[in-house]
Amino acid sequence: MAAGVSNQLKYKFGFIVIVILCCLMGIMCISASGFNFPTSPTQLKNNVADRIHLGLDLAGGSYLVVQVQLDDAIRQNTDQAVDLIKDQARSQNISIGEVSEQPDNTQIAVHNVDPNAAGKFHDIITNQLPDWTVSPLAGEPNGYLLTYPPTAIAALRSKTMEDALETITRRIDALGLTEPTVQFTGRAPDEIIVELPGEGDPARAKSVISEGGQLELTLLSDPQPYASEAEALAAHNGVLPAGTEILPGLPNAGGQSTSTSTAYFVVDRAAIVTGKDLEDASPAPSTTYPGQYDVNFVLSNAGAGRFGPFTEENVGKYLAIVLDGKVQEYAVIKSRIDNNGMIEGNFSQQDAQDLSLVLKSGALPAPIKYIAEDTIGASLGADSIRDGVRASIGSIIVVMIFLVIYYRLSGVNAVVALILNLVILVAAMAYFGAVLTLPGIAGVILTIGMGVDSNVLVFERIREELRGGKAPAAAVDVGFEKAFLTIIDTHVTTVVSAVFLFLFGTGPVKGFAITLTIGLIANLFTSIYVSRAIFDLHLSHMKRDEPLSV
Amino acid sequence: MEFFHAPNFDWMGKAKYFITLSLVLLAVGFASELKQGLTYGIDFRGGTEITIRFAKAPPINELRGALGQAGMASSTITAISDPADPRSKNDIMIAIGEKKNAEAGNLDTDRQTVITALYRVLGETPSDKPDFNTVTSTDLAAYLTQKDPLILGASAGNRYNQLASALISARDSDHGGIVTDFSELDNVPGVTPAVISALSSQYSLTGFVIRDAQTVGPTVGSQLRTQAIDATLYALAGMLVYVAIRFSGGGLLRLNVAGKHPFFLWKWIDYGIFGLAAVIAVFHDVLITLGFFSLTHYEISLTVIAALLTLVGYSMNDTIVIFDRVRENLRLMRRESFPEIVNKSINQTLSRTILTSGLTFLTVAVLYFLGGPVLRAFSFAMVVGVVVGTYSSFGIAAPIVVAWNKFRGGGGEVAAAPIRAGSAAEKQRVPAVARR
Repeated sequence: MAAGVSNQLKYKFGFIVIVILCCLMGIMCISASGFNFPTSPTQLKNNVADRIHLGLDLAGGSYLVVQVQLDDAIRQNTDQAVDLIKDQARSQNISIGEVSEQPDNTQIAVHNVDPNAAGKFHDIITNQLPDWTVSPLAGEPNGYLLTYPPTAIAALRSKTMEDALETITRRIDALGLTEPTVQFTGRAPDEIIVELPGEGDPARAKSVISEGGQLELTLLSDPQPYASEAEALAAHNGVLPAGTEILPGLPNAGGQSTSTSTAYFVVDRAAIVTGKDLEDASPAPSTTYPGQYDVNFVLSNAGAGRFGPFTEENVGKYLAIVLDGKVQEYAVIKSRIDNNGMIEGNFSQQDAQDLSLVLKSGALPAPIKYIAEDTIGASLGADSIRDGVRASIGSIIVVMIFLVIYYRLSGVNAVVALILNLVILVAAMAYFGAVLTLPGIAGVILTIGMGVDSNVLVFERIREELRGGKAPAAAVDVGFEKAFLTIIDTHVTTVVSAVFLFLFGTGPVKGFAITLTIGLIANLFTSIYVSRAIFDLHLSHMKRDEPLSV
Repeated sequence: MEFFHAPNFDWMGKAKYFITLSLVLLAVGFASELKQGLTYGIDFRGGTEITIRFAKAPPINELRGALGQAGMASSTITAISDPADPRSKNDIMIAIGEKKNAEAGNLDTDRQTVITALYRVLGETPSDKPDFNTVTSTDLAAYLTQKDPLILGASAGNRYNQLASALISARDSDHGGIVTDFSELDNVPGVTPAVISALSSQYSLTGFVIRDAQTVGPTVGSQLRTQAIDATLYALAGMLVYVAIRFSGGGLLRLNVAGKHPFFLWKWIDYGIFGLAAVIAVFHDVLITLGFFSLTHYEISLTVIAALLTLVGYSMNDTIVIFDRVRENLRLMRRESFPEIVNKSINQTLSRTILTSGLTFLTVAVLYFLGGPVLRAFSFAMVVGVVVGTYSSFGIAAPIVVAWNKFRGGGGEVAAAPIRAGSAAEKQRVPAVARR
């Protein structure tokens, strides 16, 4: 029997102590701004809170699942292509017949293209609509079928999702809420999750996110509102002038009428300035209507470069401000405007703030719908924390008592390994900045129950070998050796389950999968390496013929 | 201390009792599912649920009437008090049926309708003062700093933030989220009469608070259902492959099939019988657990699916431990019959099995009793799962392997010449297994 502690054992314990220190450091010494040794209890609490975030089900807050209407984005894209073809044909004097969108929204049929201008037509498509493929229209010698190929559709869908994520993130950030999260769900390709911890009433956030935000400045073709679309059409003998369209508008968009029904306007289709040319937008108290607020906006240099000459040319005509396809306001152009302007509209201060925020963040690339929502009150969260902590402490105590009674001194070994297991688990969560949820706490409790299995496997094997007559050192050796593969096997199966859970679950369930997986992996270290080291230490101090306490 | 000292039960002899028990449990579960079905949680069902806590017992019938008048006649109201938590004795849940179109119910309007109905039923009028029971810590701190009841002036610093924090914490943790009278906050550290009067002048106190409001659209619900089933099936398939690889080889079955030409399917099953038996056992566990859920009306939510997947892993563990021992004993015991070897393996691992299951059972039982209502269905699934999962290892998986072995005509005693341990012949006989 080796007398004293061998060098190898010293290195083993040295390594274990380093691991413990790293863990403690990870939990207590890293704050949001980097390494930060705590000098007071409050700082310690802050450091821990910085790294281990509480999930919504523990902290309370709101959870929104946003579905981006990707089909609408595809349709919009095709609509724009149709508009472009018509405009270009007009400006280049190419005679074409009907341009119609096919029902599946990814094909356009162009009829009766002037055969002499076929070359120019093809040029337009190649230069301005490069993603579309052109093929002859069946049964028509002068017709073409434009198709948006599946690769382009897929690219458009993913770009729309990226843009939507960015826009929503910008809007939520601008609201100034605590630590919001905006990310893809990973489960469905068109869903985005927004988490707002601590937010008890997400109504404002919801309306800010869902507003389209498409701003267009364009000329009013007719300086007057119509009561209905039919009336507007009738004023032009049934055929709208080329390049115009009818849009609904707010009833008092001109500031004069007090009617509340929707009015209709004939506006130029091509906007001179859009939301992309906006540099800034901010609320300001209205000078014309005291108590209300306006939204002042500033155009970028490129936008101002177009807007200035445009307004100069069109003094006396009416400028319409169109927001999300509705005429918000129209007013006569008195003189040249270069780069700033104002939107009036009976806004309260918060409305003006929200609109500025939406305009600055850019337009949503497609409309959105809310398909799931959850608002968890803070008191429910507090109850969950209390229950979770109580259950954790209860289970640790129950397991500890049992281990010590059943396995005596080796039971203490197992308890030490269990505590270290939990320390490593918490440290790993702190290092990764993982989110702790209520199922996550259940995962910790399951780690306790299942992790002890490893120790039990080894101890039972050791007992068996001792019964078979082996000496303590040999029994410990054989015990660990024989149990090793079984421990690996059992951990692998549970971790495989947890991986599937992580892949398919939502937030709280993901939290469970994470704590269970990390806990079991840490358990491999503590039950094999650490427990063995403690046994070896004990063995090296045992007297000859002293029985092993297991 | 030791529970079992050299146990020697005849497990395989009792196999028919185990199978009968399993069939009975499965039948009962199946019958219950036919009769009352499974209760799905909102994750899978879709719809809207609003949980409300009242300071005093709520007038449920009047509330039902008021909601009906407000256009929510199809909603149901259930009392959901948790026996473990006395503060929850006045909690109710209002469930509003799912919408027909793809969009989730509008939670804001539903919530507002419910709140208006509640005010009417309780005879309170909504005051223009904000409700203290729903105020957030930041808003409260902002108000207190501005009002400055402790007259701290410029040196207020963080004091009001901490005070607000303490008040909110007292409201949520100590008073279950509802304060009925501001004097209940007297004991909060740092609170003076000036603070109380500042609070009562700015805030009102309603007799109810919304604990949780949730809405799930039907598309999300059906999406989750499909994914839950997929995840379970994939996990089972993954385990089947893993176990089949770890315990492969017809040689393990000690078949005496020289010269016979077996049906090709039988050969495949020979190869993977251990994996197949383990997966059948796990499948059986999941079905029985679901049967219990049907009997007890616990709701099946996403977290319950998490529990089911975990117990799939757990039941596998248990079966693997026995099979590991069977494989080891097949190599060492050359004279015993196959069923005898399996018996011995179970007996040898019995101590470990009962202990681990016992410990895991203890921890999930603690979770069931102390873990609160949110996790109750989850912990119920784990409690049932641990018991059934342990039982299925010796009650289902092992008998299946033994029965297959018998069906294939194996299990007889070893060939004439005893094989020396470590010899080339032994290595040839048994597929390469990690040398322990």
